[in-house]
Amino acid sequence: MGAAPASRDVTSYGMGLAAPLALFFLLFFVAPLLQLLWLSLHNDTAGLQWGLGQYLHFLTDPFSLGVLGSTLLLGAEVTAVCLVLGFPIAWLYQRVGPKLQTIIILIVLLPLLTSVVVRTFAWIVILGRQGIINATLQSLGIIDTPLKLLYTQFGVVIALAQVQMPLMTLPLITALGRIDPNLDDASCSLGAGSWRTFFRIVLPLSLPGIIAGCTLTYAAAITAFITQSLVGGGQMLFMPMYLYQQASTLQNWPFAAAISIIFLLAVLAVVSVFTTLGRMSRGYGGA
Amino acid sequence: MSGRKRTLEAISFELVMTVIAVIALVIIIAPSLVVLIVSFTSGFSLRFPPPGYSLRWYAELWNAWQLHFAAKNSLIVALWATGLSVALGVAAALAISRSQALSARLLDSLFMSPLVLPALAFGLAALMLFSLVGLPVSPLTLVIGHTVVCVPYVVRNTVAALAQLEPTLLESSAVLGASRLYTFRRIVLPLIRPGIIAGAFIAFMSSFDNVPVSLFLRDAATDMLPIRMWQDLEGKLDVTIAALSGVLIIATVALVAVMERVTGLSRRLTN
Repeated sequence: MGAAPASRDVTSYGMGLAAPLALFFLLFFVAPLLQLLWLSLHNDTAGLQWGLGQYLHFLTDPFSLGVLGSTLLLGAEVTAVCLVLGFPIAWLYQRVGPKLQTIIILIVLLPLLTSVVVRTFAWIVILGRQGIINATLQSLGIIDTPLKLLYTQFGVVIALAQVQMPLMTLPLITALGRIDPNLDDASCSLGAGSWRTFFRIVLPLSLPGIIAGCTLTYAAAITAFITQSLVGGGQMLFMPMYLYQQASTLQNWPFAAAISIIFLLAVLAVVSVFTTLGRMSRGYGGA
Repeated sequence: MSGRKRTLEAISFELVMTVIAVIALVIIIAPSLVVLIVSFTSGFSLRFPPPGYSLRWYAELWNAWQLHFAAKNSLIVALWATGLSVALGVAAALAISRSQALSARLLDSLFMSPLVLPALAFGLAALMLFSLVGLPVSPLTLVIGHTVVCVPYVVRNTVAALAQLEPTLLESSAVLGASRLYTFRRIVLPLIRPGIIAGAFIAFMSSFDNVPVSLFLRDAATDMLPIRMWQDLEGKLDVTIAALSGVLIIATVALVAVMERVTGLSRRLTN
């Protein structure tokens, strides 16, 4: 009678505390997704006739496949730009004093917390026909007629890269902070140059951060509905807008559901490829 | 001689990295600055640099009742979604944070999954389910939908704060005869409070800014601020939106500054 409670672990809490959120997710997250899957497996709008018609329609329609392809390509381009621009920020962060570190972090954080519509709006001002880039180039006499920057792939990629940059930079800063600085010194004192040390030591050791950053950036870039539609304009169609048009304007819910499932699977596939790479790199990087 | 060569090589490396980093930082910060400057224009267009400076568009904003209405709706939904996210998310974080069990890891993945899954697909799915069970779209459905996509931030930040907690503190408290509830109130909660606040802050900001879920789950009477702004921008480039953007940017900077003081937000997001 006396010994009972002493063996209880006081440092952890019961799983029961997770029950409310688990129930909430079951009702409002898992159930809707199952319903989405269920509807996508029907050939008619009413959801009476089972079949793979919606998927066959998508997978045999060059237009739909084109939209999927350009969305996945867009994600890859944005992720690449974010990596090339974001890595040096993380590198610089490790080199400066605490004051500048805070400033760098706040500069990186600010866009993450600023409204996406506001950030996208800024790019319309910058890339427009009378925008900053065109005005500057014209006043310098480099171009006569304004360049078309808005409503182009270039415009969408650069705007999305800025919008998603924090998602790449923050994990990179974390990863670079975990690398033992002695390794850098050791490599240099053994005769490897800075570039070689960077590509042979720093880059491989920061792989977990690179992979985490790429996963977040890629997933965010391909679903960034607002930036895609405002900077891309009407001519460029990506999966989120395609889904929205089918669901909202055309009221074709089963096809919209199939688009959603295909899109979800595409995102999941990319995320799991990155996660697998991450697991492999963790063994390699030792972080 | 080789020493000098190495130095040159090191300089070239540092120069390239620093230059790219500075360019990247400028690209990150420039759009916000551009919008701020343009919002003070005295003209009718979004030309940069502005022909002159005035506060006229901010005055215009004062009378834009449609935007006020949308802002009020967004604020109310964001507050409810944040409150619900904190209540559900902190409890769940306590349960899963120190557990090595498979169920805890699975729940963790489940609770995090709204972060990577396309929110638009979730919005459509939730709308289909609500219409199937006969629940009409309303501010309630908005709060539910927003909570699903915002709760991961609370869970993640609370789990991170709990991971920093020394288990010996809890053991000492128990040995000294404190009940679990007392230990939670006097030791655990004060130590993880900054983490909870940081998570709640990010959840609030992402709810206030949410478009994809709101698009499907709002009723015609509930105009939301980011959707209103988006639709205004699709139609015409209104300078009033620049003034509103200016207000939002300044409010965000102020909130981030407060959060940095209260919770050490920047360290939290890089650890």
